[in-house]
This record gives sequence, C-alpha cells and structure tokens, in this order.
Amino acid sequence: MSINVSFTLNGEAVSAHVASRTLLVEMIRERFGRTGTHVGCDTSQCGACVIHVDGRSVKSCTMLAAQADGTEIVTIEGVAKNGQLHPMQEAFREHHGLQCGFCTPGMIMSALDLVKQNPDPSEKQIREWLEGNLCRCTGYHNIVRAIKAGADSMRVG
Amino acid sequence: MTENGFGAAVRRKEDHRFITGRGQFVDDINRPHQLYAQIIRSPIAHGKINKVDVDAANAMSGVVAVFTGADMAADGVGGLPCGWGITSKDGSPMVEPGHPPLAAECVRYVGDQIAVVLAETLAIARDAAELVDVDYAELPSVANLESASADGAPLVWDDAKGNICFDWEIGDKSATDAAFASADQVVSIDIVNNRLIANAMEPRAAIGDYDAGKDEYTLYTTSQNPHVIRMLMGAFVLSIPEHKLRVISPDVGGGFGSKICHYAEEAIVTWASRKVNRPVKWTADRSESFISDAHGRDHVSHAELAMSKDGDFLGLRVSTRANLGAYLSTFGPAVPTILYATLLAGSYKTPAIHAEVKAMFTHTVPVDSYRGAGRPEASYLLERLVDKAAKQTGIDPIELRRRNFIQPEDFPYQTPVALEYDTGDYDAAMVKAIELADYANFDKRHEESAARGKLRGVGISTYIEACGIAPSNVAGALGARAGLYEVGTVRVNPTGSITVLTGSHSHGQGHETTFAQLVVEALGVDFDNVDIVHGDTGKVPFGMGTYGSRSAAVGGVALMNALEKIRTKAKKIAAHLLEASEDDIEFKDGQLSVAGTDRSVAFGDVAMAAYVPHNYPLETLEPGLEETAFYDPKNFTFPAGCHICEVEVDPDTGVVEVVRFTAGDDFGRIINPMIVDGQVHGGVTQGIGQALYEQCVYDDSGQLLTGSMMDYCLPKADNVPNFAVTTNVTPCTHNVLGVKGCGEAGAIGSPAAVINAILNALSDYNIDNLQMPATPERVWQAMQGNG
Repeated sequence: MSINVSFTLNGEAVSAHVASRTLLVEMIRERFGRTGTHVGCDTSQCGACVIHVDGRSVKSCTMLAAQADGTEIVTIEGVAKNGQLHPMQEAFREHHGLQCGFCTPGMIMSALDLVKQNPDPSEKQIREWLEGNLCRCTGYHNIVRAIKAGADSMRVG
Repeated sequence: MTENGFGAAVRRKEDHRFITGRGQFVDDINRPHQLYAQIIRSPIAHGKINKVDVDAANAMSGVVAVFTGADMAADGVGGLPCGWGITSKDGSPMVEPGHPPLAAECVRYVGDQIAVVLAETLAIARDAAELVDVDYAELPSVANLESASADGAPLVWDDAKGNICFDWEIGDKSATDAAFASADQVVSIDIVNNRLIANAMEPRAAIGDYDAGKDEYTLYTTSQNPHVIRMLMGAFVLSIPEHKLRVISPDVGGGFGSKICHYAEEAIVTWASRKVNRPVKWTADRSESFISDAHGRDHVSHAELAMSKDGDFLGLRVSTRANLGAYLSTFGPAVPTILYATLLAGSYKTPAIHAEVKAMFTHTVPVDSYRGAGRPEASYLLERLVDKAAKQTGIDPIELRRRNFIQPEDFPYQTPVALEYDTGDYDAAMVKAIELADYANFDKRHEESAARGKLRGVGISTYIEACGIAPSNVAGALGARAGLYEVGTVRVNPTGSITVLTGSHSHGQGHETTFAQLVVEALGVDFDNVDIVHGDTGKVPFGMGTYGSRSAAVGGVALMNALEKIRTKAKKIAAHLLEASEDDIEFKDGQLSVAGTDRSVAFGDVAMAAYVPHNYPLETLEPGLEETAFYDPKNFTFPAGCHICEVEVDPDTGVVEVVRFTAGDDFGRIINPMIVDGQVHGGVTQGIGQALYEQCVYDDSGQLLTGSMMDYCLPKADNVPNFAVTTNVTPCTHNVLGVKGCGEAGAIGSPAAVINAILNALSDYNIDNLQMPATPERVWQAMQGNG
C-alpha cells in the first residue's frame, strides 16, 4: 500500500508517495537524497541515523515514514546555516571528535539534543547520554571533549 | 616546524564533509537503473544442498533474476583466493579448499552464500528471497576449536584430517628444550584469546556496474585496499583484466581489518551486473555483517616460560590452536603464524623460543585480520605470562620486565623468531607511562577505593608490534603470494597546486591531512593547495592499501620518495630559469634560489614553466612535473610501548570499571600528534572491549548467538575513561620519515594491562587465571573460587 507523507525537511516542505512500510531513514536517504543520515545497524543500537523530529533526537531507522507526516525534521545537512558551521560541528572538527565519519552525523544530532536539555553537561552526563550512539574509531574520548566544548560555545554564543 | 608541516596537530581536511553530512560512502551511491541484491544465506552450519528452488522468487513481480552457485559455476567463475600460503612442519602445504562465491553443493557455516535475488527495489528483493526454497540435508558440525579437535569430529573438509589446515612451527625446538632443562623455575599459563567481530560502524556494501558499450566493469566497494580487490577478483574469480576493471572505495566507515578481505558479495554484484546488464547494489544490514564479515582472534594456547633463579628469561615454549573458520579468508593463514608467532619475543631478550601453531577449520565464519591481527594475541599471551612470572617469583612486575628488556645498545636485535628489531628504548617508554600514570601514588588511590568498598588494581603491559607490513622479499619468503610495497604519485598542476595519488586508503586514519603535511614540508606549498586522492584504481596507479599500520611507514615514504623526485626536477627547471648551475639551487619554503644570491623563483613559477615550456630546457628535460615512486622497505617497523590500567572491581557484583588508563608509546617520529592520539584512544577502547565486553559466541550447533548489537557487547561511551597518552620517540632507522605506525598499538597493548589489573585487584582471592572477556559473572565466579 502506498501512502503520501509530507513534512518539513531542513526548512523545506517536502512530500512523497511511499510504501506504507517505508522507514523514515529510507525516505530521507532514498527519496530526498539526504545521505548524511546513516544506517549502521538494524536493532536501534548504533545511533548513526539520529535526526531531529519536532526538535527531539530520534533514531530514524526505528520510525515509520508515515509517523513523520506533518512533523518538522532536521538532519545533519540542516545544521549549518548560510554556509556557517554550527558551533557543535566546529567543536567536533577542532577536537578531532571523528575519524571515519560514519557515526558523526548521529553523534552531532544527539549532542545537540543533549545540550538543548542540559546546556552545561558534565563529562559523566555526556557519556551517559551517548548510551545510544556507538563509535568504533575514537574511543569516545575526543567526542566527549568535543561535545563539552560545543556546549560551552553554544552557551557563550 | 613548518606551520601545517611535519609534527603539527593540523585539523583534518576531511572533517568538513563528514560533519556536514556530505561524506560519500558506498551505500550513499546510486547508479541509474540499478537493481538491488539480496543474498540468500545458509541458516545451518553444515549441510548438503539437495535443491535450490527459485521458481516462486523468479515469478514475483519486480524480480529480474535469481542466480545460484550453479549459474556462477556454469560461467566458469573461480573461487575466492587465499593470499598467503603456509607450509606445515612436515613440509606439506596447507589444506586449501575451494571457496566459490555462491556455494553450490555444500554449506559450511551459518551465513554461507547460496543464491542472490536481483529486484527493482530492496523490499521486493527481500520478499523474494523469502520464497527461495533450499532443501538441505543437514550434517553434523563443529562450532569451536574444542569440538573440531575431538576424536572422530565431523570434518569441515574431507582432505583436512582432524580438521587441521596446517601444523606449523617456528624457532629452535632443541635449544628451547635445553633452556627448560637448565631452568631454575618455570611458569605456565593457559590462554583463550576470545573470538571478536570487528563491527566497523559502516556495514559492508558493493555496487557492480557493467558498461556493455566499453565492456568495462566498475565495482564500488567498502574496501581498505581497492587495488588488491581488483587483483584478486579480476585475476582469480572473474577473469577480468585490470584495464577493464575499476574498483572504487570512496569514504569507508572504518575497517579494522575486516575490510581487507576479498568478499563473495564483491564478485557476485560485479558478475551479476553483466548478466543482467544493469548496475547491482548490495548493502549488508548489521545482522548480515555479523554472519559474513570476517571474524578475528579465536586462539587457545598453552605457554611456558623458563627462568633462572633471578628471573632472567631463558626460554619460551608456546603451543597454539587457531580457528580459521570454514574457509580460508584472504590473509587468514598469515594471522596466527607470521603476524603472531614472530612477535613472541616481545620486548625481551629471551634467547630460545619455540612455538607451534595448529590452524583448524570449523563450521564458522572465516577468520581473518582484526586490529592488530596476531600481534594482540602474542602480546596478550606474553604479558599475562610475564605478570604471572612476577607473581610466582615475587619480583615486582616492572622490575622483572626491566631486567629482561632488550636494551638500547642491543639494536639491531635479532630475535629467535625471525624478526630483526631496528631500534627502541623500552624502558624509556615505560618510565614515561609510569610517571604519567602517577604509579607512585597508586597505594593512596587503592585505599581511597577500599574506603568506598571497591577493590582497586593496577596492571601493566609492555608490548611490541611489527608494522609497516611489507618487505616483499621477507613476506614472500614467509608465504605471501603478492608484493607488499606502496605507491605514491605527486602531480604538480600548472598553477602549482598539488594532487597526490596514493595507494594507501584512508577509512578514518586521516591521510588527507597527514599526507598533505608531508607535501607542505617538502615543497613549501600552502596546505589548502594540496589534495590527496585515494581509493580508486582508475585514478591511482597502483597500491596495496591500508592495514598493519602501514600507511605512514610504507605509503608515506613512497610519497616522500616521489616528492624528492619532484624537488630534483624542480631544481633542474629552476637552474635553467635562473641561468645557474643545478648544484647551486636551494629549495626552501617554496622558493628555489641560487645559493649566496638574491636570485630566486617561486615553486609555482617552476610548475608553470614545466607546463608552458616557452622557456624550458627541452633538450635535457621533459616538460611536466609529475613523479611516481614505488617503495618497498627493507624491514618492518617496530612500535613498542607500555600500557598501564587501573580498575575498580565491585566485590558484590564482579563488575569491573576501568578508572584510569595510560599509554606510553614509541611510534617513531610523529607527523600529526592529534591524529596519533586519536588512533591510540580508539585502539585502547577496542582492547578494553576485548578484555571486558566482547565475545563472539556460537552454540554447539553452529548458530551465532551474538548475532546483533543487542547480543554482542561493544564498548559504549560510559564504559571507558578518559585516556592519558604520551610518546617516547626513537626514530625508525630504515625509512626517511623515521615513522613506525600507530594504528593498532592500542588494541595490542591494552588487553593484558586490563586483565593484569583485575588480577592485581583480586590478589587476596588467590585467582590463578582469568579469561577474557572478564564479564561480571566470570569475575564474580572467580572470586567464589569457580575460575
């Protein structure tokens, strides 16, 4: 069965007919070509697919496209504004918070939601928040530093 | 130090595309009119295929084709080759079974490929795959080393009696026996090196794209070494000559060894693309990765160390059984032999060593390289044994190591197990680690933990590794079936910008930055005017790829040699432009000057002259400014170091927390310390994962019980501490960069430090041994006397 799904994607109104079983991540990647959101597992463990739906971080592999009808979605491609990197993106670069880059979009999207809820997270709070985001390259050390620094500059900024 | 040159913590060029979501991984690529492939895999560990009924799948709307092993065999498709041959101690070659990309007669592990469905959408391909009806006659199986070794065990291959692929040895057995006969004391240990699954965050993917107009193939694949895949698949599997086959590995989301191997899916999509004359895309889901990516480690060993009464090491005897899985993966046989037993000297002056390795087939996923590949197994065995020796002799573990270290004046040092170490200062690295770890105040922290009801322990591990995997002549003598050099091309563009083509492949290591730093250092050009191209056989002349911490030590040196050729030619051009002798030209900071004068020409103008040769020494020099170097080193490199771990054990639950971790490493000279530190953090975390969390488990019938990220425990952010890392530099003596390699050290040195720390924390419990992973249950049982 095909259904029509409409939402706002990084500020742009989009709409498509998709099979009813289509996952949100598939719609974003395959129909709208926003391939920065990645699929790293099939059990909601890895967090490479984290996006924002109505301002909250969500694993887009675990949500049907149909459930996103009428929502406002932001993916990693929508984080930088007018060619200017977001402070959290800058922090990941400055603190070497990424190596292969595959988990990075999910990490950044997850970190942004953390800072929204807790503008000055401690290292322990950051590590606990990242329960749902796996990285196999960095050992998390520099991701944690990057998120702390990103949160700091967001408070200042 | 030049800004952005050698030694600078330059922020990475590649980061911008990843933090903005513009990376391009294989699954991000879609080809016009592509089909989607779904592989049908064996659900049983061992069975005869009676019949594969594809009619229902073929009849489904949207299905374009279903192919089986018989179809590939009818086309003359060859088997997946093994890149390394090992000879048993009796002189016989290893048993080397055929490995068809799609099994036609028999399946030998859960996940073995049987058929492929091609359809217009992935959803249709998946639905149709459910309709492929395979009739198996299930056969008895062996799922682990123990059952494979049992008398009368079912055979994985009829010609591998006792399931033994090879029975190999290294070292002088009689000298080692003599050392034991004269020893005052002997310590022995039984070690299980747990089977692991690499779990790079990006699942494997492959797209085959056949161009009928040109009769050319393109394969996009998640590989650490696209030229190697072109060679193996082109020459051995599909019989496609190199000039008709292009292999592209774009951004690759981590490899850790699991993306070295040539996999069946690469051959299947490439072959199928021609059959249906459309691009064919396959992407593994994570469950599929667990049963099809090569697994790692899986050794069972017994080791004995002979010592004098003063604790001098006299002899080492090791007997290892290694699990190779059901088929020989690309470098599978090299891992438990050449990459393992040659490292058993460690950093010690043990005069006599003998090791024997029995490699065995089981009905499990093929086993191949995983970060460190053989070297973590050697280091773990040795460092656990040395710690046990310290406990048995009552000698402090640091003192016992120091007493037996190869000393700086001993280099070059020939070990009893084939390798010749060029340089090192093991005590200096250990001292640095001890200081950074604040080892002197451990007792205070121990008391503080005790006050909170926790048992605190400290563990040490001093590892060595052989990196810069190359010397082709040495590797060839040890069984490698290919050369292991590297290739670098420097293309100076007419306006003076630089394009580097390298045979190394970056999948997280940051070559686009570190290699650009080498160019900045050599030519004085602006960092932003340098681009590094890798991962495309259509662009890069040749290469052997990235594994074994070889990129800087082999690929980086190849690049330096090409840069030196550029410098030489640029000087010749400048001499002409400046009407001076070539010998008088100095090349510094991007300027070529006549020594002792104020006459100079900028490098960019030399580049322009090379491509617009209006005023150019055409009679003596070709136009253009592009040079290539192949580099084959004389020796491996030998990074070494000391890892110190502190843990707290909860005596009520057996939960272990790593509370401090310190690494003091010697990687030779360091191009970018920020990137090197990151490599150590990641490697150590994988080592902590092996020590505490990760374990690939099969049940007795060969079903993988840890088949998802819900069951296989990867370290998470709150499982590891911040790391303290430092380096001590002894430059490699046989490459111009003085570099050694840093990618695997963390995973090699850390597991023994963690387990030694736990045993130290539990020293009141009289626990003789503790195997990895040290799960809460295992630790708690050991504390109850049930180890």
